[in-house]
Amino acid sequence: MQQPGRAAEIKAIGIGKSFGSFRALDNLTLDIGRGEFLTLLGPSGSGKTTFLMILAGFVKPSDGRLFSDGVDITERPAEQRAAGMVFQGYALFPHMSVEANIAFPLKVRKKSAAEIKRRVGEMIERVGLRGHETKLPAQLSGGQQQRVALARALVFEPGVLLLDEPFSALDKSLRGQMQAEMKRLHQETGTTFVFVTHDQSEALALSSRVAIFNHGKLLQVGAPDEVYDRPANRFVAEFLGEINMLPLKGVRAADDGAVGLCEDRAVSLRGNADAVSGNAILAIRPEHMSIAREAAVGENGIAATAIASTYLGAATRLDLTTRQGARVTVSVPNEVAAAALSKGNSVWLTWPAEKGFLLPDGG
Amino acid sequence: MRGTLSDRMGAALLMAPLLLFLVLAYAWPFLGVVKWSVTLPTPGLGQYGALATDPLVQSVFIRTLRIALIVTLVSVAAAYAITVVWVRGSPVQRIVAEFCILVPFWISVLTRAFGWVALLSNRGLINTWLQSIGFISEPLALVRNEFGVIVGMTHFLIPFAVFPLASAMRSLDDRVLLAARGLGSSRMRTFWSVFVPMTRSGIIGSALIVFVFSLGFFVTPAILGGGRSVMIAELIYLRIFQSPDWGLGAAISVVLVLFVGALMALLFRYVRPKQLV
Repeated sequence: MQQPGRAAEIKAIGIGKSFGSFRALDNLTLDIGRGEFLTLLGPSGSGKTTFLMILAGFVKPSDGRLFSDGVDITERPAEQRAAGMVFQGYALFPHMSVEANIAFPLKVRKKSAAEIKRRVGEMIERVGLRGHETKLPAQLSGGQQQRVALARALVFEPGVLLLDEPFSALDKSLRGQMQAEMKRLHQETGTTFVFVTHDQSEALALSSRVAIFNHGKLLQVGAPDEVYDRPANRFVAEFLGEINMLPLKGVRAADDGAVGLCEDRAVSLRGNADAVSGNAILAIRPEHMSIAREAAVGENGIAATAIASTYLGAATRLDLTTRQGARVTVSVPNEVAAAALSKGNSVWLTWPAEKGFLLPDGG
Repeated sequence: MRGTLSDRMGAALLMAPLLLFLVLAYAWPFLGVVKWSVTLPTPGLGQYGALATDPLVQSVFIRTLRIALIVTLVSVAAAYAITVVWVRGSPVQRIVAEFCILVPFWISVLTRAFGWVALLSNRGLINTWLQSIGFISEPLALVRNEFGVIVGMTHFLIPFAVFPLASAMRSLDDRVLLAARGLGSSRMRTFWSVFVPMTRSGIIGSALIVFVFSLGFFVTPAILGGGRSVMIAELIYLRIFQSPDWGLGAAISVVLVLFVGALMALLFRYVRPKQLV
C-alpha cells in the first residue's frame, strides 16, 4: 500500500480480533491478489467490516500479521498505510467543496499546486462531476456524494481501495448505475479493490472473488460462480440465494461424482462427492429445477405437488411439496407454472446432475 | 416545527406565562429606563449627545470591549481544550472534565472573585510563593488591574463556553475523522483542518455567549478591578447610585442593551438555537 500507482498484494495470516469477550474475527487467513476485486460478504456482525477496518489500520488485530507487498504492516498506523477508503455514508468533509475534498489527500502529501490542480481535474472528469467543483457536499445528491467519495479515495492512487457498504444508502436504480461505474473504475485504475457488503447479488455481480463471513469466521473464498454453484456449507449455500434442500440417503462415490437415494429414487451428482458418504443433503438452486410430466429413466427427478405460485414478471415462483413432505421452490417460465397448477397439481421436478450438490447432513 | 394551526396555538399558549413574565420583569422596566434617558435631567436626546463626547464614558466603553474580547478568546480556547477531553476523552478523563466544568456552577460569583483576590493580591498565595522560592523580589501586580479582571471573568465564563462546543463536537460524525486519517492526514492535521472547522458553529456560539456575558459583568470587575478597571456595568451603577446622573446612566444602559441585542440577532442568524444547548 505504500507505493502509489501500483496495486497492492495483501496477505492476512491468522488475523483475530476480540472486543472484550466478543470474538469479532477469528483466525482469518486470506490472500488478496494484485488488482483483484474482492468482496467481503456476510450478515451484520459477521466480522467483514472488522476485517476491513483492520486492513485500513483503524482497528488493531488482537492476533495475526498483515502484509502488504511482502512488508509487515500490522503495526503501521492508518495515515501511513494510506489505503483509499470509501465509508458507509461517504464521510465527506462537510466544510470543504467537492474540489477541496478530492484535493485533500494530495495536499496532505504536499504535492505542488499545479499537480493537485491537474490530478483533481482528471479525477472530477473521470467520475463525471464537472460543473460541481465548488459545491459543498450538502448540495449534492446521494449518487454525486458517492462519486466525490470515490474520487477522493482514488486520487492519490492508493495500492488498495477499501469500500464499506458504499451503496447502502442509494435507491435501487442508482445502485445499479454506481455498481457499473465502480467496475469501470476498477478496470481503469487497476487498483486492488476490497468491498464490504451484505447484499449477495451485489457481491456476485461485482467481484472477481467473494469471501463469505459468518460469526467472525471466513467460511469460503472463491469466484462468484464457484461459491454460488459449489458452496462449502449450508450457510454459504443459503446466504448466496434461495436453495432447495432434500435429504439424500445411501450416498456413495460413483464414476464422476456420487449417487444416492432421494425420496426413494436414484439420483446422480457430479464432481463434489468427496468426503461425504451415507446420509447427506442434496441442494439445488430454484432456477436449476424444471417442471416435467414425467422423469425419464436415469434422469434426476422426484414427484411433487404444486401448492402455490407467485408471479414475478419475468418468471413465476412455484412452491411445491414432495411426496415425503419436503418443501421445494422452483423458478419457471410463467406458462409452465400455470399449466402445473391447472393439471391436478401433480408434477415431476427434474434437474441436471451437475446442478445438484452435496452438503453434509445437518451441517 | 410543522403542525396544525391549533397545535401552534397550543404551543403559544404554553409559552404565554413565560412571555408574560419576561414582559413584566424586563421589558416594562426597560421602557422606564428608556424614558429616563430622554427625560432626565431635561427632555431631549442630550444624554446621548453627552455619551458620544464624554471621554470617560468612551474610555470605559473601549476598555469593556477590550476586556470582553480578550476574555472571549481565552475562554473559548480553554473551553475548547476542556470540551475535547470531555466529549472525546477516555471514560476517566470524561468524568474529571465533567467535574471541572460543573463545580464552578456551585460556587457563587462573589465567592469566586474573593477567592481570586486571595490568590492574586500582593500578599496572596501566588506572590508569596514566587517570592519564597526567590523567583521575584517585588510582588507582581496581579489584581486591582485589568489582568485580575480578565482572570476572574475567564474563570467564571469557561463553563458557559463549554456547552455550545460540546454540542457541536457531539454531533460530529466520527467517520469523517477516520476518513481524514485514512487519506493520509496526521492526527494534528486532522484536528486543525477537519475537526476544528467542523465545530465552527460551536465556536461562534460559544464566543458570542461569552462576549455578551462579558459586556455586562459587574461583580467580578468591581472586586478584582479595584475601582481602577471600571467596566460599563460598574459605570452605570456609579452614575445611578453615586453621581447621581440618572439620565446618563439610563442612556448608557440603552446603548448597551441595543448593542447586545444586535449581537444576539447575529448569533441566531449564524447558529441555530438548538446548537447552543
